[in-house]
Amino acid sequence: MINLTPEQATWLTIFCAATITYSLRLSGLLLAGRLPKTGRFKKFMDALPGTILLSLIVPAAIGAGPIGWLATALTGLCSLKTGNVFVSMLVGIVIVAAGRWFGL
Amino acid sequence: MNNNPTLPREHLHHLRIGFTANLVVAASVGAYGSVLGLLAAQKGLTWFQLLIMNLSVFAGSAQFVMVDMWFPPLPIMEITLAVLIINMRYLLIGASLNPLFEGKALYQKILFIHLVADENWAITMARFHKTTTSIWFLLGGGICVQAAWCSGTILGHRLGAVISNPEQFGLDFSFVAVFTALVFSFWKGRQDLLPWLVAATVAIVSESLLPGKWYIVCGGISGALVAAFQPVKPEGRTDD
Repeated sequence: MINLTPEQATWLTIFCAATITYSLRLSGLLLAGRLPKTGRFKKFMDALPGTILLSLIVPAAIGAGPIGWLATALTGLCSLKTGNVFVSMLVGIVIVAAGRWFGL
Repeated sequence: MNNNPTLPREHLHHLRIGFTANLVVAASVGAYGSVLGLLAAQKGLTWFQLLIMNLSVFAGSAQFVMVDMWFPPLPIMEITLAVLIINMRYLLIGASLNPLFEGKALYQKILFIHLVADENWAITMARFHKTTTSIWFLLGGGICVQAAWCSGTILGHRLGAVISNPEQFGLDFSFVAVFTALVFSFWKGRQDLLPWLVAATVAIVSESLLPGKWYIVCGGISGALVAAFQPVKPEGRTDD
């Protein structure tokens, strides 16, 4: 291993993370052109946004404890009923903050 | 239809409405960005290093994990691998944007794709099937989210000493809250029930079985596979 100063290691880490992330973004876009646009594959791609976001949330929400569950449920309900992302998000944060304030 | 080259004026208009459409979400991006800033300050990152990380990586959850793993000597390989896993979804996000970039020049793809985050992508895709949208709308959103992300994180970094316990204000929960609020814009009806149930279940199970953030990719792909293979009309063909 080459010895890096902490400063160099910091920049190298950021550089690697940035390169990886950008490569994933661009290759997704460029490779998609070679993939079929109809049938099962299209259904798969159409379903992905929702299922990925859901997979991102669910374990984190479960780990947030009872107050977190309540907050998540009400955030989701609010979003479903009003369609307002900001208000829904605020509902969740206020519930969690209130819960912590009262030591729940 | 598209006989005339699109006027720059129209691009500017789309850039503006894209920016505006993302303002609301950007507020929450700024909020959880401030939490990242607080954490980064504690780990000894300078505000300038954080700013460069924001501009070049521009991926919220990955940056949270990076800062979380930020102990000297820096585990560069591990951090890079973690970023690869968490951001694997950008491969799919990039692919899902293909129809939007249909017929666009390669240099536009190369430039515009960098400013694609979960938030402006979600808002653009939610609009995609309902009304007109464009890569300029996407970019406007990207600029908005990027601006909020940078302001929020830098503010958090600078105020690191003032707010010593962001958890008390529920700021750490804003990540879950914003994505929960966003996910329902993708709910198209009953046909989504089974794929979503499968995605959630697989995410929970794989989160406890697998290291890192593989559960995001596992859950997302299994749910979407169910959507692809669940019978809508009677079909006999199973070949690909």
